[in-house]
Amino acid sequence: MADASYPEELLYHPDHDWARVDGDIATFGITWFAQSELGEVVFFDPPEVGTSVKANEFYAEVESVKAVSDVVAPLSGEIVEVNTALADNPEAINEEPYGAGWMVKVKLADKGEADALLGHEAYEDTLT
Amino acid sequence: MSEAVGTPQQRERATTIYEKGAPGRRAFVAPALDVPQVDGLIPRALRRAEPPKLPEATEPEIVRHYVNLSKRNFDLDSGFYPLGSCTMKHNPRLHERVAALPGHARLHPLQDPRRAQGALELMFELQQALAEIAGLPHVSLQPSAGSHGELAGVLLTRAYHADRGEQRTKVLTPDSAHGTNPATVTMAGYEVVKVELDADGGVDLDDLRDKTDDQVACLMLTNPSTLGLFEPNIEEIAAIVHGAGATLYYDGANLNAIMGYSRPGDMGFDIVHFNLHKTFTQPHGGGGPGAGPIAVSDRIEPFLPRPQVVRRAPTNGGPPTFELDEDRPKSIGKLRGFQGNYGVFVRTYAYIRSLGAEGLQDVSEVAVLNANYLLARLRERVGDRLPLAFGERCMHEFVLTGAPLKKELGVRTLDLAKRLLDHGMHPPTVYFPLVVDEALLIEPTETETRETLDAFVDAIAAIVAEAQTDPQMARNAPYTTPVRRLDEAGAAKRPRVREIL
Amino acid sequence: MSGYTGVTRADLEHMLAAIGVDSVEELFDSIPAGVRLRRPIDLPPGQPEQDVYAELRRLAERNVSAEEEITFLGAGMYDHYVPSIVDMLMSRSEFLTPYTPYQPEVSQGGLQVMFEYQTAISELTGLPVSNASVYEGPSAVGAAAYLAKLTNKRPRLLVSRGVHPHSRETLRTLAVGYGTTVQEIALDDGVTDRDALRDELDDDVGAVVLQQPNFLGAVEDVASIATAAHEDGALVICSADPLTLGVLEAPGNQGVDVCVGEGQSLGNRLDFGGPSFGFFAATDAHLRRMPGRIAGETTDVDGRRGFVLTLQTREQHIRRERATSNICTSQALNALGGVVYLSWLGRQGIVEIGELMLQRTHYARETLSELDGVHKLHDRPVVREFALRLDAPVQRVLDRCAAAGINAGYALGRSYEEYDDGLLVAITEQRTRADIDRLAAVLGEAVTAERRTSAKVAV
Repeated sequence: MADASYPEELLYHPDHDWARVDGDIATFGITWFAQSELGEVVFFDPPEVGTSVKANEFYAEVESVKAVSDVVAPLSGEIVEVNTALADNPEAINEEPYGAGWMVKVKLADKGEADALLGHEAYEDTLT
Repeated sequence: MSEAVGTPQQRERATTIYEKGAPGRRAFVAPALDVPQVDGLIPRALRRAEPPKLPEATEPEIVRHYVNLSKRNFDLDSGFYPLGSCTMKHNPRLHERVAALPGHARLHPLQDPRRAQGALELMFELQQALAEIAGLPHVSLQPSAGSHGELAGVLLTRAYHADRGEQRTKVLTPDSAHGTNPATVTMAGYEVVKVELDADGGVDLDDLRDKTDDQVACLMLTNPSTLGLFEPNIEEIAAIVHGAGATLYYDGANLNAIMGYSRPGDMGFDIVHFNLHKTFTQPHGGGGPGAGPIAVSDRIEPFLPRPQVVRRAPTNGGPPTFELDEDRPKSIGKLRGFQGNYGVFVRTYAYIRSLGAEGLQDVSEVAVLNANYLLARLRERVGDRLPLAFGERCMHEFVLTGAPLKKELGVRTLDLAKRLLDHGMHPPTVYFPLVVDEALLIEPTETETRETLDAFVDAIAAIVAEAQTDPQMARNAPYTTPVRRLDEAGAAKRPRVREIL
Repeated sequence: MSGYTGVTRADLEHMLAAIGVDSVEELFDSIPAGVRLRRPIDLPPGQPEQDVYAELRRLAERNVSAEEEITFLGAGMYDHYVPSIVDMLMSRSEFLTPYTPYQPEVSQGGLQVMFEYQTAISELTGLPVSNASVYEGPSAVGAAAYLAKLTNKRPRLLVSRGVHPHSRETLRTLAVGYGTTVQEIALDDGVTDRDALRDELDDDVGAVVLQQPNFLGAVEDVASIATAAHEDGALVICSADPLTLGVLEAPGNQGVDVCVGEGQSLGNRLDFGGPSFGFFAATDAHLRRMPGRIAGETTDVDGRRGFVLTLQTREQHIRRERATSNICTSQALNALGGVVYLSWLGRQGIVEIGELMLQRTHYARETLSELDGVHKLHDRPVVREFALRLDAPVQRVLDRCAAAGINAGYALGRSYEEYDDGLLVAITEQRTRADIDRLAAVLGEAVTAERRTSAKVAV
């Protein structure tokens, strides 16, 4: 994705991860800033369906040629779906970080945790 | 693909040895079978059915293939190689000659020690020399590389604490440390804790005091640091670490700067590793072999790996004898087979004998002189675009930051490095240490003459000047190397690590 | 100034002026007084090249190498013939003196050599991914155990007592850091005791480690051990002798997950134990956890075929504390020797050299075990090394043989208390029938003489 963008309907974690909450299922991924820092993504190693994730702790790694980055969970819950298309097409994380580059879907443990996350403007402020 | 343009090497497609030769060709001539042939010695189920698909080529084909391949390499004998942290100094050819003497080269590691006295004496004398250079009395030559020596050091630390009845959990290392340090710590079962640097690039003493508690097993440092700066507070650092009962580990990668001037043992280090392929001229070989012997203090000595080379006093007025001592009840055990990379010891020993005390001091003096001269000339010519990252002077290496070059001219350290290839020089180390943005770590070493250093400055200045008018040139460099910029992302996404045969 | 540094008076003046100091001493001012060395280094003065050469020759003459005796000593390193093209290629400046290929555009020679080497190791072992080398055999076993730990995080390792004693000891030393326990499985009649292995296998075992052929020279039934290990979800690590893989089945075809080994027999010298190289190959599943450097094929901006170090995110310089190993320097030059040697041997040659060793080893074992006071320690199939029992003190027998110019082999009692009357005899393609016959004569005489001596003493 050529230009920086931070969709307003998403919630953001200061470690450059986003969450899209839909009822009690949330989708996670990394932000435009994160993929731009990383460079061309070559590998994403997803956790297994059924794994528990905890807010603020890392649950996966994403690799570019010269760097490895932790992917931090914005919210806690249990992984119910993993984006297996990223195995053959990790570039989606760079090209569509909020769309085809989604990483996992999680059944939330505590929807109240979302209050601790940032809105798009507050997150963009942290980047300057 | 543009086949019409490009250098002859560029036009030549890379073909592997597997694409050369033809079925039935061979180089090896097997000796004739001179014993009766017996069938069925190996049960069919354990037998290989299909031979491995190794090449089938004659000796001339093999020679031509590998000789041509060698010409696609830049090397130290051919040109300047200022890779910071690697100490790319000249590899004396005497060392190859003596290492090839059959008495050294064809000696079996398990030969009866009574019939390997020359080898054991050499190893013992080398241990003594390294002990003197380190300022620590007890040396093990066993580790095979610097990182192997680091692993030994951390395992020794673990054994030392366990022997005192303690189970510590953390090892401290500064953010500027070489990646092998934290990797080693994890392999040895400890948690890595990073120590901050202060504004001058030294260890932040307050942060160190905060983090050094009774769970800390060890602090790993190199001195001079990877920024090329001597740690001014080293005595205080040693006091803090020892005060908490922890050990102090010295990464010897930068020993080239201080021989004759200071010794890690005198700075308070308990364990030191040497990189014989850095300071002591073992050729780098394109990525090894090397050796990483360690020197330790009295309190760490009991835990050294097995076996140790020891000297036994003469009996009946004869000469002293040398032995491999396996009887070491507190030893951590072994880190590898046999007793280490003896071929490397032969070369190092020859180097130390060639140089002697004065020669080793001369090494450090000229290494530091060359680095400071190069730094001064670069600052004079391109200091505004490539300023020094920390401090005013340096020891044997220094770090420049390419941040202004990137910001003002849109040319990154990476591009500068690639353009330097077109000037027939190997670039310095790039993007290390991590604490410096767009880092360029430069170590000329003592075996380069002033003329070479001047030529390097001219090349850098030319690239920066070119970047002012035509930044695209650097961004698309190199142009004259056997291949141009390679798709590393593709190689990582869809790894192809062997020829499919 | 020395032969390697070249600062003339004129250079010095010019350089000090450029820096802005009056003396070289000033450049060391940043070293605190408390840690300054106030005396010269206590080492003898430097010597001219010819004198250093003379000293190294004098030291060499005090060693009895394979040049001076007929040797049957093996036990992990072997006196094979190193072809002259290996020496020639390993001493070329372009291979000898560069660093690790971090600038691939000017390192295509070294990177392609790694790629060709990786291909050769994959072919030998029957496993699809190989790295560009590790230090040597025993530490490769240790590295494989680290990979197992990273993969399944289980706390126990089972290792056959047939694995080289140095590999077992290295494993124990490193396992302290990994937090895994190492348990030995005994040998039964020369090979790994399968019942004992089955008894110990459980779902807390991360890996089973065996050697092929084992330390006593016996060929192991790798496939059935692998099957048993996999039933409990353990990885199978096999340390293999590469020069036997022309005649023995490839470990990858027998269920082995990780195959490692000592590469010295492939074109590298004895060098009193090093440097050599270790090889490390595995199934695809383990590619991203492999230690060490890996070269990969790619293309450049103009579409040219080329090679780069790949999957570097496994390694210490990027992943740091989460690296798959701490390896930086490996054994690139020795691996070059290895791939040149394998190219020289070739597809037919590796089979022929294996068959030659197989036949001569059989002849040697039969001939020697017919001597009075000499017995086979086991009768398992062997390829290039075998174990005997002597009815006389082994060390004294070896001393007598040495005096007659023969190194008869390795005293097994040095590593195995249960075999203190054992002798391990190694055959290479350099040991002719005449050499073996001479060994038989000398060994026979030595054993007889020693038995006579002890008989006298006993009376």
